[in-house]
Amino acid sequence: MRPSVALFVESSVFRGVGALSRAAGRGGGTTLPGKLLWKLDPKAIDRLAARLPQGSVLVSATNGKTTSAAMVAEILRPRLRVAHNSAGANLVSGIASTLLHADRAELGLFEVDEAALPEVARRVRPRALLLGNLFRDQLDRYGELEAVATRWREAVAELPDAELVLNGDDPQVGDLARDRSARVFGLDDPRLARPALQHAADSKYCLRCGAPYEYAAAYVGHLGDYRCPRCGHARPPLDVRACEIELHGLDGVGFTLAATEGTARVELALPGLYNVYNALGAGSLALTLGVPLAEVVAGLERFSAAFGRFERIEVGDRRLLLLLVKNPAGANEVVRTLVEARAPSVAVLALNDGVADGRDVSWIWDVDFEPLIAGLERLVATGSRAAELALRFAYGGLDRDRIEVIPQLEEALDRGLELTPPGGELTLLPTYTAMLALRKIAVARGHVTNYWESTA
Amino acid sequence: MKIRVGHLYPDYLNIYADRGNIAVLAERARLRGHELDVRALGIGDSVATGEIDLYYIGGGQDREQALVAHDLVEKAAALHDAADQGAAFLAVCGGYQLLGRSYRDVAGDELPGIGLLPLSTIAGPRRMIGDVLIDCDWAGETIAGFENHAGQTILEEGAEPLGRVVFGFGNDGSSGVEGCRWKRVYGTYLHGPLLPRNPWFADHILAEALAHAGGQTELAPLGDELERDAHAVAADRARARGGRV
Repeated sequence: MRPSVALFVESSVFRGVGALSRAAGRGGGTTLPGKLLWKLDPKAIDRLAARLPQGSVLVSATNGKTTSAAMVAEILRPRLRVAHNSAGANLVSGIASTLLHADRAELGLFEVDEAALPEVARRVRPRALLLGNLFRDQLDRYGELEAVATRWREAVAELPDAELVLNGDDPQVGDLARDRSARVFGLDDPRLARPALQHAADSKYCLRCGAPYEYAAAYVGHLGDYRCPRCGHARPPLDVRACEIELHGLDGVGFTLAATEGTARVELALPGLYNVYNALGAGSLALTLGVPLAEVVAGLERFSAAFGRFERIEVGDRRLLLLLVKNPAGANEVVRTLVEARAPSVAVLALNDGVADGRDVSWIWDVDFEPLIAGLERLVATGSRAAELALRFAYGGLDRDRIEVIPQLEEALDRGLELTPPGGELTLLPTYTAMLALRKIAVARGHVTNYWESTA
Repeated sequence: MKIRVGHLYPDYLNIYADRGNIAVLAERARLRGHELDVRALGIGDSVATGEIDLYYIGGGQDREQALVAHDLVEKAAALHDAADQGAAFLAVCGGYQLLGRSYRDVAGDELPGIGLLPLSTIAGPRRMIGDVLIDCDWAGETIAGFENHAGQTILEEGAEPLGRVVFGFGNDGSSGVEGCRWKRVYGTYLHGPLLPRNPWFADHILAEALAHAGGQTELAPLGDELERDAHAVAADRARARGGRV
């Protein structure tokens, strides 16, 4: 479809708003033009999306959507011009902003907030969806898990022609393949299974009959190879599997990707079992889009990190390791990966309670921080709810005289750096808005580039 | 002294960091030379009245709540006996609703309660979400917490609330009261979790459990500096944004 003149004018005007917003120092300005467009003409998003010659794909999950989408972008980069909301602005307004800048793009690749998925899907009409997992997250904002799952089912039902790429290891997500075809991915390496379901496992009871699932292997939270002993509801057969997984501490993870298209070894530069899920999902979506397996592997192996997620930043003669934490399941995997590599003796944890972090901070009590506590000599607790975080660690068994409460983020960062020897690495675990703020501090000191300045 | 805790349905009702409450009780007991002995009471487990000093029941999603409600009714007689004999109860959110007479969900389906507290709950059209501060004048203290419930809980005539709402919604968003207490049974919507930043209430619950166990209920004061800071921040949040949708 040729862009209409009206649409062209619209696009330039709204893009101008983003430039003004950035010039005024209001951060990335990544959602402001989209917010305006969304307010003035919500249907414009449908029209902008319809201009993309190869259509759009959506990526959603509680955990890993930013990383998975960034992996897909890296795989597709040599082949296609992609419009991608790489800055993580994943509500309707953020996607609208990305579309406004997408004149020459051939394909839209959008990471979408779990709750926004139905609205975005209705407007963008994607040709494929990658759906990763559903964990309890920000109950004050999303409501109960069941409600999000129901909205996903309805959204998917409205897209009978879209191809589904689903994580079969999550009962709620795998069940979306119940009465239609889908490409289902999952892990297949019981050596790496957890001995028991974690506290943060959510979908523990059979969707069909309510009996507790039995797990042949539980990998991350409630993700794994499950089966209901009462009614037989079980993980669907896998089309794409990760097997022979080798964890290399904080340096990466290798696995064999086995798909109907073929089998190949993948060496990821990102660590942890949860990144195997991210890579497997991204690879499955790329295969569904017709990318040859060799290109999928090459793209995954080129990928380093999405911002704030296992991102390393040089600060003078020291280094920051930034690990976003935002809910129990995700934080557990970060802790597990850190501790299995080498547990840090100093860490800065940052807990904010803005809308984007979740105003209800009770989730920190559901995280298994205890393995981290065992190795900690010094904790710097920061953010707007620093004292609350300090209490979590104190009641988790960390001596109170090892905890420093410094609510102001920049002061806490400096204190952490002071406690880190030259040449050493400081581990930072911030919630979402704290991560953005800490990254901004690092940018102001000239250590990293702004994400909106890097090309997608 | 050993304080025996029966944690009702920990596998099902654990959504708002209920294990934080248990961790706080255990540590504060330990610091006073007591020991918390926590056992899970799940579906199908029988309740031996007299062997438990404190029953704890937390919150779950509607789905989990429905899965346990009917089992709880099976335990109702034993739990009533326990309460009559002075056992302490702490019920949070979904557990609080189940200790009432009944809970009617948004779809109009009714779940039975066990009527240990004189109240009933009907799910309303809007969720009441946010920080809360309540004034417990019976103790001369305040509690700061977080609420997230669609259920509107109505206390019956003469029932004692846990506190008066200073900021936030409380039981139903209009009566101006929050929670309920009767004998040694305490129910509330406040999580966050409830006890870490409200140490006086944690100690009060411990003292109630010790009273049933036949022990000395005096608890030596602790420093509680972090606890006070966390309480102050949470109370500020309630002041700034509690009770607004």
